[in-house]
Amino acid sequence: MAVNRDLSKNKLIEEFLKGLWTENPVLVMVLGMCPVLAVSNTAINSLAMGLATMFVLVFSSFLVSIFRKLIPAQVRITTFIIIIATFVTVVDMLLAAHLPVIHKELGAFISLIVVNCVILGRQEAFASKNPPINALSDALGVSVGFVFALFCLGSVREILGNGSFFGIPLFGSDFEPWIVMILPPGGFFALGFILLFFNQIRQRKKRAREKNGSGASWKQSRYTTEYITENEHGISD
Amino acid sequence: MTDTAKIEAVGKPEPSSARLITTLGIAGLMAGILLAGVNLYTRPMIKENRALALQNAIFKVLPGCVEYVPLVMQQGELVEWISEGIDEEISPTIFAGYDSTNVLLGIAVVGEEPGFQDIISGIFGYNPTEKLIVGFEVLESKETPGLGDKIIKDPAFRENFTALAVEPRITTVKEGQKNNPHEVEMITGATISSRTVVKLINKALGTTKEAMEEFATSKQESDGGE
Repeated sequence: MAVNRDLSKNKLIEEFLKGLWTENPVLVMVLGMCPVLAVSNTAINSLAMGLATMFVLVFSSFLVSIFRKLIPAQVRITTFIIIIATFVTVVDMLLAAHLPVIHKELGAFISLIVVNCVILGRQEAFASKNPPINALSDALGVSVGFVFALFCLGSVREILGNGSFFGIPLFGSDFEPWIVMILPPGGFFALGFILLFFNQIRQRKKRAREKNGSGASWKQSRYTTEYITENEHGISD
Repeated sequence: MTDTAKIEAVGKPEPSSARLITTLGIAGLMAGILLAGVNLYTRPMIKENRALALQNAIFKVLPGCVEYVPLVMQQGELVEWISEGIDEEISPTIFAGYDSTNVLLGIAVVGEEPGFQDIISGIFGYNPTEKLIVGFEVLESKETPGLGDKIIKDPAFRENFTALAVEPRITTVKEGQKNNPHEVEMITGATISSRTVVKLINKALGTTKEAMEEFATSKQESDGGE
């Protein structure tokens, strides 16, 4: 019994970490790009958007998982959308009531959480096939991963584009903000560099694992490192 | 049909239409109940937030104002608006602002005009006796961050509206070229948004200016008579 419990606990942790890192919705799967690019111009907006998405994802996954055996396959997508849309409307109303300033800033993007493919994707791929506890763990992992990626992007864009962090000015009045960073093109620039940065870390980890694994793959990984370094010089030049 | 396909078809019979309809019906019903509950809880708060935002804007565009009364246009005249209940669809867009001694300071008017991205909604304070705009605030705008949204934040642009003459007509000029009291200096990089603000004020004044002046005169007369 104790072994079983340990195993299931490990599985829950594994599911949480999977969404956070190895299958991060933004940094690896590149899903839900609409809110990621549109409302990540300040740290506070991206955090609020991330948390709103988290609320919707966690509650919908939990409900879908509870009712998974009762929902016929033919109407499952429609039912998932009803559940997701309900929670999106709830979060929209709660934000309008309690945080009107943030609600005004995020505008239509709150309602657009309904069509965020990260959420429907998790219902279809995971919550509809797994028990509630696992679905909850998966939803939490994916949404924490989403918040993390969005927050990184929002922080970079606010610091460079506005010279502030959470609205607190960081540099003196001599700082000329890079306005492009808070405009839509800046979202693409920042996202590109963040993807590059995290993929670099991932590659390095992979290479280190291969190096420890066998001598043969070490040579190959060395070659890859040189190739990547050359390419990096190409970009920076 | 192969044997395995037969077995699968037998193992998972097609659900009846009634079951599909019931499932969707129950899902819809549960969603409706939850939303109605949340709406019941949040609605008064949302209404209060909106009223508070409007009140703050009125106090800002009419400096010194401590009390305001909503007005409505009736046959070309402004009359005090009497609320008939909390659930009214129509909300007034004209407000008379008074100071602590109950003297009319000016009238705040809400206006809307399509900007660069979306409709800009704003409120301005008008002093009908001196025929001056005394303040302007943006209520809602989705203008480009860093460029068009300077109409909200740029102090130099806001300064244009602290004593702006409305006669003969408010016009826009390039930055640093203001010579007359009825001119507004546009923001470089936000000319469309700046022009929209002026258009919004001119348009709202076009329909309400005379009525506001009459309202002020009648107020002064009634105050003098007391």
